Amino acid sequence: MNPFGLTIAVPRGALFGETLDALERIGIDTAEVRENDRKLLFEDVGIVTMRPSDVVTYVEAGAADIGITGKDVIMEQSERQVFELLDLGFGRCVMVVASIAGPDRAAEALRRLGVMRIATKYPKIAASYFERTGRQAEIVEVKGSVELAPLTGLAEAIVDLTATGTTLRENGLVVREEIAVATARVVANRVAHRLKADAIDEVVEQLRAG
Amino acid sequence: MTLRIPSGTRDVLPEEMRELRRIQSALLDTFADYGYGEISTPAVEYEETLRLADLGLSPSYRVVDDGGELLALRADMTVPIARVVATRYATAEPPLRFCYSANAYRAVRPHRGQMREFLQAGAELVGKPGHAGTAEALTVLCRALHRTGLRGFRVGLGDASLYPALLDAYEVPQDARERILHELSTRDFVGIERELEALGLAGDAVRTLSRIPRTRGDAAVLEAESGALADALAGLRGIVELLDADVAERVIVDLGRFPRLGYYTGAMFEVYDPGLGEPLGGGGRYDDLLGRFGRPLPAVGFALGVDRLHVALAGEERGETDR
Repeated sequence: MNPFGLTIAVPRGALFGETLDALERIGIDTAEVRENDRKLLFEDVGIVTMRPSDVVTYVEAGAADIGITGKDVIMEQSERQVFELLDLGFGRCVMVVASIAGPDRAAEALRRLGVMRIATKYPKIAASYFERTGRQAEIVEVKGSVELAPLTGLAEAIVDLTATGTTLRENGLVVREEIAVATARVVANRVAHRLKADAIDEVVEQLRAG
Repeated sequence: MTLRIPSGTRDVLPEEMRELRRIQSALLDTFADYGYGEISTPAVEYEETLRLADLGLSPSYRVVDDGGELLALRADMTVPIARVVATRYATAEPPLRFCYSANAYRAVRPHRGQMREFLQAGAELVGKPGHAGTAEALTVLCRALHRTGLRGFRVGLGDASLYPALLDAYEVPQDARERILHELSTRDFVGIERELEALGLAGDAVRTLSRIPRTRGDAAVLEAESGALADALAGLRGIVELLDADVAERVIVDLGRFPRLGYYTGAMFEVYDPGLGEPLGGGGRYDDLLGRFGRPLPAVGFALGVDRLHVALAGEERGETDR
């Protein structure tokens, strides 16, 4: 167990390295976690590793006391009852609406057909964004490379997370609208937040201090 | 042939039933010791009656009966008891004390491991206002839980009116006030700070308003010198002062409680145990609810999930007390 006595859910993927750096800075030994990319549970240091989108699931259920994941995951799973404690600032991405460069086919579809088809891995964020902005959109959920959808005619536009915009550009897509900025956040289980208040406050204060 | 039952429902067989019955008995015996009379109401009510509760949980399962009337399964026992008080006890002298152990029904989201039908045990204290009523409910709650054999539980005590009063005292504009309260109801502390910083308030106002939602601990967190904060904390202090030592030591004062929805007007409770990652139950003051049913009386109550309590007891037995 780590010095705080907390089980911490750590996201593998884009946020993995900077998350471990942050934990290392507050005195948690992450060497084994870095070396071993097959193992998932590191009981000696109180770390469990998982897909970023699973972090809120584990934290909500109390299988982890706190966790680190992107704001995009928290927004997409907004019905999950986790407490959002801290913006870590790293892993900055933007949730955007993008379509093929040139005349905007999504706008044209909306004008001529009354509805646009939007492919995304974030159906809830996309649906609530178009609802909020008063446009009729049919959401098509895909699991993988969403850039493919407008190129093949599956959809007129996509809603996706982009860090640098490189993947979008390489596929001939341009950003049309920015929905929200997402960075890495610390979330906590609501029971642990009360029963382990001191330990969680200590972690948050140390992470905040950097 | 596979005979299915709906997801979110289950059969209870004798081994589990014996354990559940023991938990229910411990709870109901305690309620009876404090003068709470057990009542039973229909699982199905007219939908319009359940809707009277307005901000409460709206019923999820509806059916049209043979006379064309819309019926619904109750989402909790508080609303049916409000109806009983307004009709069967319309002229009875308060305070009135009721308890129950009954099934309630709620909608579930797919693949979330939630139950559609679940057993609740709880108590309602009608017509005993203010801190004295709240302290009595907390006392009954803690002693009933203790009697089940649960050891590690704590009761979070908050006040739904605390943070709104503080926002008013610092003259936060209406539109920002609503956004901040929404962030508070979902416990998005990052969002609260972002909203507060955008307001351009004085430094000490921002510090107080961002500190309070994350403040929870023993009664010491209620100490404040004077001014708006001291006024806002007075309610919780009044309750804590009335508690006996065995109850007070269970209480975690939580200044950041704000209801997501529901009928709570003041004190709010939530029960936590190291054996379970979600609350075992909760309750609070609902001083406006009975008025909607035609008998305006202040009230306070709580409900415990008997199945969750069972899981927490099993977790404690297995030694999962570090959670």
